[in-house]
Amino acid sequence: MDPRTAGKKRMRLRVPVPGSPVLLVAALAAMLAVGSSSHAQEAPELPNPSTVAVEFSRDIEPLFSARCHACHGPSLRMQGLRLDRGPDALKGGYSGPAIVPGDSANSRLVRMVAGLVADKPMPPEGERLSAAEIGLLRAWIDAGAEWPDSAEGSVPSGEKRLSHWSFQPLSRPDPPAVGNGTWPRSEIDRFVLARLEELGVEPSPEASKDVLLRRLSLDLTGLPPTLEARKAFLGDDRPEAYEDLVASLLDSPHYSEKWARFWLDLARYADSDGFRGDNFRPHAWRYRHWVIQAFDRDMPFDQFTLEQIAGDLLPDRKVDQLVATGFHRNTPTNTEGGSDPEEWRFEQVVNRANTVGTVWLGLTAGCAQCHDHKYDPLTQKEYYELFAFFNDLEEVDIDAPLPGERGPYLRALPSYQRQRRELLESHGVFERKPPWEQRVLWAADHPGESAAWDVTFDELRTYVNLGERIIRTPPERRSVRHEKALTDFFVREYGRVLSKEEYEELGYVELSGKLRELDRSLPEFGEAQAVHVEERPRQTHVFLGGSYKAPGVPVDPGMPGWLSGPAASKGHTRIDLAEWLVSPENPLTARVAVNRIWQELFGRGLVPTSEDFGAQGEEPSHPELLDWLASEFIEAGWSWKSVIRTIVMSAAYRQSSDHRRDLESTDPDNALLARQARLRLAAELIRDSSLAVSGLLDTRIGGRSVRPPQPEGARRMGATGDDDWVASEGPDRYRRGMYIQYQRMAPYPLLSAFDMPDTYETACRRGRTNTPLQALNLLNDPVFLEAAQALAARVLTEFRGDLADRLRQAFRLCLARDPDPAELDFLETSWDRQREILERTPRSAEKLFAVNLPGVDRLDGATWVSIGSALLNLDEFLTRE
Amino acid sequence: MNRLDFQRILARRQFLDNCSGGLGAVALAHLLGVEGRTAAAQVPDAGPMAVKRPHFEPKAKNAILIYQSGAPSQLDLFDPKPGLAKWAGQALPPSMTKDLKLAFIKPNAKIMPSARTFRPYGQSGMEFSDWVPHLGSRADDICMIRTMHTEAFNHDPGALLLSTGVTQFGRPSVGSWVAYGLGSESQNLPGFVVLGSGKGPNAGSNIWSNGFLPSAYQGTRFRSVGDPILYVSNAEGVTGELQRARIDTIRHLNQRRLLKTGDQEIAARIASYELAFRMQIAVPQLLDFRDEPGHVLRSYGVGQEPTHAYATNCLLARRMVERGVRFVMLTHGDWDDHKELDKGHTRNCATVDQPSAALVEDLKQRGLLDTTVVIWASEFGRTPMGQMDREDEDPGRDHHPDCFSMWLAGGGMAAGRVVGKTDDIGLKPVEDKVHVHDLQATLLHCLGFDHERLTYRHQGRDFRLTDVGGRVIDRLLA
Repeated sequence: MDPRTAGKKRMRLRVPVPGSPVLLVAALAAMLAVGSSSHAQEAPELPNPSTVAVEFSRDIEPLFSARCHACHGPSLRMQGLRLDRGPDALKGGYSGPAIVPGDSANSRLVRMVAGLVADKPMPPEGERLSAAEIGLLRAWIDAGAEWPDSAEGSVPSGEKRLSHWSFQPLSRPDPPAVGNGTWPRSEIDRFVLARLEELGVEPSPEASKDVLLRRLSLDLTGLPPTLEARKAFLGDDRPEAYEDLVASLLDSPHYSEKWARFWLDLARYADSDGFRGDNFRPHAWRYRHWVIQAFDRDMPFDQFTLEQIAGDLLPDRKVDQLVATGFHRNTPTNTEGGSDPEEWRFEQVVNRANTVGTVWLGLTAGCAQCHDHKYDPLTQKEYYELFAFFNDLEEVDIDAPLPGERGPYLRALPSYQRQRRELLESHGVFERKPPWEQRVLWAADHPGESAAWDVTFDELRTYVNLGERIIRTPPERRSVRHEKALTDFFVREYGRVLSKEEYEELGYVELSGKLRELDRSLPEFGEAQAVHVEERPRQTHVFLGGSYKAPGVPVDPGMPGWLSGPAASKGHTRIDLAEWLVSPENPLTARVAVNRIWQELFGRGLVPTSEDFGAQGEEPSHPELLDWLASEFIEAGWSWKSVIRTIVMSAAYRQSSDHRRDLESTDPDNALLARQARLRLAAELIRDSSLAVSGLLDTRIGGRSVRPPQPEGARRMGATGDDDWVASEGPDRYRRGMYIQYQRMAPYPLLSAFDMPDTYETACRRGRTNTPLQALNLLNDPVFLEAAQALAARVLTEFRGDLADRLRQAFRLCLARDPDPAELDFLETSWDRQREILERTPRSAEKLFAVNLPGVDRLDGATWVSIGSALLNLDEFLTRE
Repeated sequence: MNRLDFQRILARRQFLDNCSGGLGAVALAHLLGVEGRTAAAQVPDAGPMAVKRPHFEPKAKNAILIYQSGAPSQLDLFDPKPGLAKWAGQALPPSMTKDLKLAFIKPNAKIMPSARTFRPYGQSGMEFSDWVPHLGSRADDICMIRTMHTEAFNHDPGALLLSTGVTQFGRPSVGSWVAYGLGSESQNLPGFVVLGSGKGPNAGSNIWSNGFLPSAYQGTRFRSVGDPILYVSNAEGVTGELQRARIDTIRHLNQRRLLKTGDQEIAARIASYELAFRMQIAVPQLLDFRDEPGHVLRSYGVGQEPTHAYATNCLLARRMVERGVRFVMLTHGDWDDHKELDKGHTRNCATVDQPSAALVEDLKQRGLLDTTVVIWASEFGRTPMGQMDREDEDPGRDHHPDCFSMWLAGGGMAAGRVVGKTDDIGLKPVEDKVHVHDLQATLLHCLGFDHERLTYRHQGRDFRLTDVGGRVIDRLLA
């Protein structure tokens, strides 16, 4: 049976009310005995124990089986409890023992079925147990809860689930033999072709050189080919031309941008906190920069994994390896006043555990936060063992100067420190702050005595990173950075506990401004977001129902036992976790990773649910190909470039993407890979393409986030969304889309219109929607009009010849192919019609083409803007074919 | 919408004139022919916004969710508590406050009775304070819930729970669920529209996010500065005629590519560009109030202060519902008066009271209230205890998730009924508790859905608006 359907059926099972004759007799007897009706649910009191002799196999086991096993049985063990096997049942669940032999009144099981545990009546669905049934349970427990050996549950825990395909060891299958010996270019093709031949389907012909060039350029660098690159490739008839093109694109610095963006989706990268404050994270970009550099160096995936997951723990770690742990800092952060810091710390740990579970293992680990996973073998306890690796992480901002920054900064530092000290001295900060600190500490331990001091303490905890820790540390043991943060907070917040007049007299508002100004005068000294391990060890528990307020049994960090390779038993640090993730024995990591690369190059993974390799995910279309690629990846030393090269060199990749009428009904999703796919470009790539063909693109690699212009007020959408989006100037305006500052509460409109993920959690697949708002964006956004204007100027200054010649070249520039005669003819007619319209509206023409170019007619210019804009809106321009 | 440039609308009229003959005229005829509720039959049975049938015959076809962001004080608007007087200035005994989740104040904060006077209105005798007399006049159309409760005691999580069913980011909003389930009857306007006044709402754009649903179901924000819909105006220098010519060029070349590649996505792209063009015409018409009689404008408070901005949005909501927009979300804020509640609430009530009442009345007079649910809601309520962080400031109230009020009207909801009873000091519900998930389940019920079956598969799991809770509350239904 298909394991997915089996799982679903299990879940939808509605258990009938027990009605076997045996039970009825027993129940009747019990009712007579206690002399009450069976309306236990109306009065939540504990029914009396049955006075009739109870027999386990007749009275108790059928009850467990009918009413409990669906959730507490062999397949599901919710709250860690199973009631199908004696030893397990008597051990209890995550809340502790459920059955206390000899004491039914204090057995959690009895109290819950009697409705005495608030909000947790058991069973949660269907009719409640009758007083008679509860009476039987009580009598059985009071008599010692005997569980005969013969009544052991027979199905071993989760055995069927463990046989799921993705949990099986990775092998390296031999490529199958195929009939057509000429089509395959690589092992990949033999896997693909074997399947096609089995079904009698021909692969598609190879795409034209034009299409291949544009496809490769967009897939490997995210940019369309230049005219020069096209000329070179079309003119190169050598058999190695394609391979050389692949090599040069993989060497391009833009390769690292394209594939870093791919990783940033998984890393849920953003430039702001999210939530009400949505504070800008000025140093977040350093992590993005690290990812770009890692792809540029083709850092092996095992090292890439180790540095991001545990860079802070590595011996002799370098600053860069700390920057890599910025991976864990991409979680959203809530700094809303009055919130419970522990709640949001907990949520961040959840986010980190879920992210690692999905990114490396392709497991929907988050499903086990509140209860055992309903479809996969992951228990709730195992979830919190994974969680425990991240539970002692502490966020820390570190000095991470970039080359060239250190000297000027250190030279300016003495004067800065002197000025700061003078400012603080002249305002009596050194005298006033210590008693204020004492009072805040007192309020922390005596809440409710004084509202103003309560609020001061709350704000300190909320708005100063590690605020409570800092103030509880004796001043002489504080770091310079911490002391400064506390002092700045004091100057800002002191007024809360003074009268308005007193505060004004002190001049602290002005002081605060001067301190900020002084800070700004200091030369740039790079910082980065990183993590380290808390000083105080923290015990992790199974959190019942996924609530941070309900700790159950304690757990330690650990990898799921059922997935263990030899590495699993090694140790319990994040380094051990990282090494286990990328150990060759781990069946999931390599499969999950190559599947995502495949998805990036074909639009669809061999496993279409690239986020879920569990029982609820889809099965691979080509399981052996997936395994072969995964072993290739490992054997090639986890090299991204190597596996990407292997895929794009295949004949399967080079096929035409034209739709196949013959397969429309049998293979609408192209699971068989009998063609390539037409894929709408990602949001950032649409921007990049427009800027590239118009010549506006700024091609610098890496660096800070930028703010392209956006309409007035577009940023003002959240509660605190002040209109502080000051557009970048100069070349920064024309940087690639991946550098656009991502504000979680009000993303740049182009990005959300074209399906950029919201970055709250990891995103393994982007949508490719098609909406009218996208059309409005590309037709009317001044950013795209500017690109059309630059394109027009380029056509008129760089290209020679008559209208047809220029149209041909403009078409070539945008779409990397020549127009066919009918297209060219139509474009000429369109050009004439649009020029005729502009002739009648000369002011419109002036606005569209405001520049004066020598020898260029303004009407011609405006017409080219309009035609250029049409080219930039063509489906073909927005699509990688 | 107060800063809308009506000159722009006139320009758009000219846009249509410019399109004399040719496709412009065709577009116009098409527009006039199909806009509005009669369009249902002509909507092609394709695309994400095609009209879909719900699980059963619905009472309501449309919904207007008015989100009062920041949490108005139910004790000063809807839930009179004379019982507070005898506690005035005193702290409650710890036994009464031990389970309270408080954001800023401590459990020993002093009780603050309401300074408002309440009186019964209408046949139903539903009570309202003197801050909201216009709402009082709609008492017999309204179903008032006094026993709302939620888990969230901070704004963003509260706003998210109300609009997406969970306190975390990343889930689809109620409007997106409804658009996903029902599609939209409007061909020329987005199916799910968001209008805002005052300070931006809590949780920002996440409360109209499509989450993991396709982005076609995202709420479209109508803005109060610049273009009402982002980029709905032509780029500078582009006349309507040139825009049409440009779209024709795009369409023709796209059609050729469609023939060459056979990819139906191109057909969808062509349709999107046509809808975008129609939207450019329909939006200015929607915003042009010249066809509204003076007494209607006055009844909402359009053109008057302090009501104008909010009233404009209420009137727009009715005009959108008339044109077949499925789900309209209005946001207004900020009500978060931790201090100076008297001042803040006086201003906010003066802003929203009259237009909210006028919306209900206007919908009723046009026969639209039967098929339109109006929900006036907030993320939580405010405490019976006062909050005073400084001696020299007027007091406010803290967040109160355990017990607060909201009201509903139309679309199969009860009229003139108060649901739920709260204790003498408004601390806890006594009868008929209604959870936010229950409200969502009941709303979906009115729209024809079993809330447990309106699901979407994401990351291996079927998700729904009501998460793992929710039940339809019969007492809320007519």
